[in-house]
Amino acid sequence: MDLIDILLSASFWAAAIRIASPLIFATIGELICERAGVLNLGIEGIMVAGAFAGWIAVWGGLPLWGGVAVALLTGMMLGLVHSVFSVPFGLSQHVVGVGLTLLATSLTFYTYRVVLPEVSSPPKITAFQPYEIPLLSDLPLVGPALFSQTPLTYAAFILAGLTALVLYRTPLGLAVRAAGENPQAVAAQGLSVTAIRMGAVVVGSGFMAIGGAFLTLSAFDSFFFDMVNGRGWICIALVVFGAWKPGKAVLGAILFAAFDALQIRLQQTGIGAVVPYQVFLMMPYILSILALVVMSRRAEIPAALMVPFNKGER
Amino acid sequence: MTDTEKAQVVLRLDGITKRFGPVTANEDVSFALNRGEVIALLGENGAGKTTLMNILFGQYTADEGSVELFSQPLPAGNPRAALDAGVGMVHQHFTLAGNLTVWENIVLGVDALSAASLRPANAKARIRQLSERFHLKVDPDAKVGRLTVGERQRVEILKALYRNAKILILDEPTAVLTPQEADALFATLREAIASGLSVIFISHKLHEVMAISDRVLVLRHGRLVAERATQDTNGEELAALMVGAEVSAPSIAPASPGAPLLSMRDVTTPGAGSAPGLARVSLDLRAGQITGLAGVSGNGQAALSDLISGLISPSSGTLELHGASPQGWSPRSAIANGVARIPEDRHKTGTIADFDLTENAILETYATRFSKRGWLDWVGARAFAQKLIEGYDIRCPGPDIRIRLLSGGNMQKLILGRVLEGAPDIILANQPVRGLDIGAVNYVHEQLAKARDRGAAVLLISEDLDEIMRLSDVIHVISEGRLSPEFARGTMRPEDLGRWMAGEGFEKGMTDAA
Repeated sequence: MDLIDILLSASFWAAAIRIASPLIFATIGELICERAGVLNLGIEGIMVAGAFAGWIAVWGGLPLWGGVAVALLTGMMLGLVHSVFSVPFGLSQHVVGVGLTLLATSLTFYTYRVVLPEVSSPPKITAFQPYEIPLLSDLPLVGPALFSQTPLTYAAFILAGLTALVLYRTPLGLAVRAAGENPQAVAAQGLSVTAIRMGAVVVGSGFMAIGGAFLTLSAFDSFFFDMVNGRGWICIALVVFGAWKPGKAVLGAILFAAFDALQIRLQQTGIGAVVPYQVFLMMPYILSILALVVMSRRAEIPAALMVPFNKGER
Repeated sequence: MTDTEKAQVVLRLDGITKRFGPVTANEDVSFALNRGEVIALLGENGAGKTTLMNILFGQYTADEGSVELFSQPLPAGNPRAALDAGVGMVHQHFTLAGNLTVWENIVLGVDALSAASLRPANAKARIRQLSERFHLKVDPDAKVGRLTVGERQRVEILKALYRNAKILILDEPTAVLTPQEADALFATLREAIASGLSVIFISHKLHEVMAISDRVLVLRHGRLVAERATQDTNGEELAALMVGAEVSAPSIAPASPGAPLLSMRDVTTPGAGSAPGLARVSLDLRAGQITGLAGVSGNGQAALSDLISGLISPSSGTLELHGASPQGWSPRSAIANGVARIPEDRHKTGTIADFDLTENAILETYATRFSKRGWLDWVGARAFAQKLIEGYDIRCPGPDIRIRLLSGGNMQKLILGRVLEGAPDIILANQPVRGLDIGAVNYVHEQLAKARDRGAAVLLISEDLDEIMRLSDVIHVISEGRLSPEFARGTMRPEDLGRWMAGEGFEKGMTDAA
């Protein structure tokens, strides 16, 4: 049957991993923010800004990794804006986040027009090329699926592993997790909740921006409006899906990406001739909602998520 | 003072004054703590005990005065400094993260944030060693969120000991413990004191202060008003010093119980999450009688109070009010049957913080008593609020104040007035005096006794055995949803009730019955 052929093909899994990569960056970024107690709804805008910043830097002459660094810095700066309003000022995280998404998106489009006033179609850059890892890429199925990706995809998985390591094995990670659960506990140990939360939001936002930059520097080779296309909101759901744990969040991202890769392929099969293509487009979202409902039932939400912390208040 | 005595001083507070806007929380407080000594800091709620300790601990900065630890001045407003100098504090509201394990909570903040690893094996070994030495039994790998309140307190104390605390501050440590757990805590403290630890024990429970301390400092309205060696004083004197006048707990006249107004037979209800439901509970609430329900929280009190207020229905067994089974048991029919509730949490379910006093006063009656043809009767409502303010001694600027700005005691008086003004037959009083000072406690108790005397049936749910034993005409103990037999006033000692609370009596009770 078509479906089984698709599921057994290396190209399908390679596509799934590729589609998952930007989601992994941004989901890990969001997870870091939420573990510290801050919901960052600026994610969508930060991804747009990151996609643009990385691309324009490379177009302007920087090497590809320089573009990644510029995206990272752009995201960190936007994260700093978010954290100033949401942490020491303790404003509503919903308002700050949605506001930041609007601001970052509009600012990006504005900057685009300022930098490229005359162009009708955006210029192309030379994007990251696949790098076949010696030996591993020769394995059947997993070789082409996992080990023939671009360096930025490998970076996404390495980042997820490092994040898990820091969160669970270091004093810093412990402090971040405690800040999202009971900031009083952190303050009582003489640590600064404000610094920990702001730090988490700044770093997390930087990772989100790299997720955006993946689209322009690795998945495609140019920048389009609407190219982020709601991926940020998907990542918010993926954090819940992953029960605020990096490993599960990565699995969630791959699952969503697999659904996405599957629907494209199903459109080209016999069923695609009968069923309207919009139904296929909906599929990953519907399946994600179902998975979310099942998976998040027993999840432990960080108890202090979205609760501002004011020193000296009881 | 001789040189050797001087050398023993570990902590000295000198002229501490702290103001919050126009309110002076501490005024010119000075005292010294010696090595191996237990000072009890006694005072009513709002007397400034916690503020003083938060200054010492660096969470607040004093406006005037200085703190010296081990003869070194303590930099103000820096919790780190106090911790590093060896001060450990067990807060009244525990500062633990529920999603972390015991050992993770204990090592939080011990190593620098830049350290590469948490070294869990070392940490756990050290925790096991400490918990053995001080009889603080707890599993280092358990999630704190799953621990009982008593276990969480042990974690808090271990946290201080792990950091080699030399001075331990305990803020109302027994508020949440059973008598047995409190005894175990005192045993641990004595051991720690013997090994050179100094303790500041904050409390308003006089018998504990008498039992554990060497010296008592009494705070009133932020000032240190008296200092006594514990052996030279007694509970009555301390109580008088605390409130600044002779206090007498209301004397409760013997009850003259009438017919049962509410009775349940073999009632079972489903549990909710980790909280058990009721297991074949039979209970009579009689007119003119206060029934006390003792028990550690989370043993079915919530189910019982939800049942009586109409939020849940029995899954089996019968419930009768005024001798008849109610049709369609709901909060509305509970109110119609004369049930009035003093809810457990006055902040969460008793009041709406940003509504004003008038709006809160009519929360339960706005649709009936205070509406005319669908429009709210604000004139009547304000008059009612004014009547409550006067009748129940609610100290406030007026009926328009937002309820958030009232103290806990005044908030509770409002709820009490709201409940009692309807002259209800059945009063469900769930933790009616938690967190109130002695004056307010006595007032609430007096009003409940008055309601009883006019013929109401009162169910008093409390975790405070003193309160239960003082006020109740009959006592039941609840444990894991099971109800003990009825004990008449004065027939049980606290230790006996404590055993029932720990679930011991039930097996015995069951076999006795069989």
